[in-house]
Amino acid sequence: MIQLLKMAFRDLGRNRRRSFFSSLALGLGLAVLLLMAAFINGEMNGAMDSTIRLQSGHLQIRAQNYNETKTSLKWEDLVENPDQIVAQITALSPVQAATPRLFASGIASAGNQSTGVRVLGIDPLSQANAPYLEGMTSGEFLTPDDREGLVIGQPLADKLDLKVGDPVNLSVNTSNGEVAQQPFTVRGVYSTQTNGFDSVTVFMPLAKAQAITQTENHASVIFVLLNDKADTDKVVAALQTSQYKVLPWTQLNELIIQFEDLANSYIVILYLIVLGVTATVIVNTLIMAVFERTREIGILSAIGMKGRSILLMFLTESTLLAIGGVVMGLILGSLLVAYFTNYGFYIGKMGISGMLIGNTIYASLTVQDTVRLTILAFIITLLAGLYPAILAARMEPVLALRGGK
Amino acid sequence: MEVTKVENVTRTFKIGKFETQALRGVSLAIENGEFTALVGPSGSGKTTLLQLIGCLDQPTSGRVFINGKDVSQLNRNQRADMRRGVIGFIFQFFALIPTLTAYENIELPLLLTGVNAAERRQRVSQLLEAVELNDRSHHRPDQLSGGQQQRVAIARALSTHPSLILADEPTANLDTPNGKQVMDIMTRLNQETGVTFIFATHDPRVIQYARRVITLRDGLVAENGAGARATKV
Repeated sequence: MIQLLKMAFRDLGRNRRRSFFSSLALGLGLAVLLLMAAFINGEMNGAMDSTIRLQSGHLQIRAQNYNETKTSLKWEDLVENPDQIVAQITALSPVQAATPRLFASGIASAGNQSTGVRVLGIDPLSQANAPYLEGMTSGEFLTPDDREGLVIGQPLADKLDLKVGDPVNLSVNTSNGEVAQQPFTVRGVYSTQTNGFDSVTVFMPLAKAQAITQTENHASVIFVLLNDKADTDKVVAALQTSQYKVLPWTQLNELIIQFEDLANSYIVILYLIVLGVTATVIVNTLIMAVFERTREIGILSAIGMKGRSILLMFLTESTLLAIGGVVMGLILGSLLVAYFTNYGFYIGKMGISGMLIGNTIYASLTVQDTVRLTILAFIITLLAGLYPAILAARMEPVLALRGGK
Repeated sequence: MEVTKVENVTRTFKIGKFETQALRGVSLAIENGEFTALVGPSGSGKTTLLQLIGCLDQPTSGRVFINGKDVSQLNRNQRADMRRGVIGFIFQFFALIPTLTAYENIELPLLLTGVNAAERRQRVSQLLEAVELNDRSHHRPDQLSGGQQQRVAIARALSTHPSLILADEPTANLDTPNGKQVMDIMTRLNQETGVTFIFATHDPRVIQYARRVITLRDGLVAENGAGARATKV
């Protein structure tokens, strides 16, 4: 075995450049796989985190009849006296913040431009507003008793050409199906770097939102953030009542979870394509090696080496190529992933309804993905080496001694 | 005792639609310790016959015996076992493994037969001395002359104490002094060790070394010269 290893190693050394580039092909393939896995993982984690922080929370409490897609404002579809429920929920230890929120659809107009918006009535003092407060780019955030102030997203401000202090007209649906119109002033502009959210969401204090939509003392949802996402099921179970629906983030964000499943299925196909190309390079290298060394295979066979040992010798070569490739792939992949983990990859204004994707994807590679992909690349290289090895092992000694002619 | 016996052997090759009969019914026997030349013009079947005796190939009909054992119907692995243990080869091209040193080339058949390290070391040293290449043991084939490479090939062929060494035109690619040195070494080793040598050649200077000459022509034994011991079956 040691002799086989020595022979395989020296055989690879005969054409160092070719062996190096074959290993490099595998290395590049593996690096691409690691980067792809890190991007998908980063994007999915990012999308889920953004959606939880900005939109869904870890869980929500809603009236049994509440229809999210219709942004219903009828009293029977809303949570009544939300402050009482909020107080009860906040008392639970896993809860970081609980706050009532009211959603309404409307149209914002400034000058001769207008656009559809989603009005979000919030308690300006709640901790749950942290991501919006952190994202303030100009002006100030709301105060609870502000009756004319709005905070709007940067993309919306750009679209309507608005800045802090500018007037803006808002038409909002009300609980009785009418439309209320009122002038407001832009108090502040925020950016969460999530275009899908920032371009449509307009904040106003909850009390003002209740007043304009005539939903007095009602909220669309109670938005709850937990200290630890893992406690979600426990808290959901503790809050179950017949009066309200308690929905965990997994149910609130089914689209993202489905999208993640879909992405994971598609990425396997991409993995196989990348590895298929890599395997072709390895097969090509080894087939060339077999044909170049046909006479040597004949000599080895003549001195009594069995087909099994010849097979093993070529498999040892592909194993050495695979080890070289995997090492290069891990180094290259780690460098690429480290760069994109720190600096991210700017994808611009992307987003799907119901799924908030940040403007920049930060790579995030798990140990599990690294191990899985490294083993996959290794096994595929060994499988690729099998065909040339079988070709060598099955050569007739007489033909091989004549150089395969 | 016969080290090899060939009984009415034919070998037909198919090339496309055409069939070529390389051997058309050859019978002969070689005794232990012989130093026999197989001569004849190109295409007379010398190499084919050596390949059949050497278990590299199988006859189309007829039987080949090595040390009394019929080897004509052995499978691939059994033939490999036979080549490893009983037969040594020397080829016209200096058939060494280019990535291995002279020492390692000679050692390779011993590794394949599972000889232990100490014994291997001793055997390889003996053989290097026998072919006068002690000082070249760590050179690779591309650092050796043609004659030196062929001497390494002789040492490798002898390494496993085979009963029979088959040499196909062993001096064809060598100049006269190197060819002479190779033949002198083969003759000496035949006398010292008693191992049987059969060598194919059409070089008259090489034929003169043989104690027995078998001439092949058109796939048949044409003459069984100089050998009182040569047996026409």
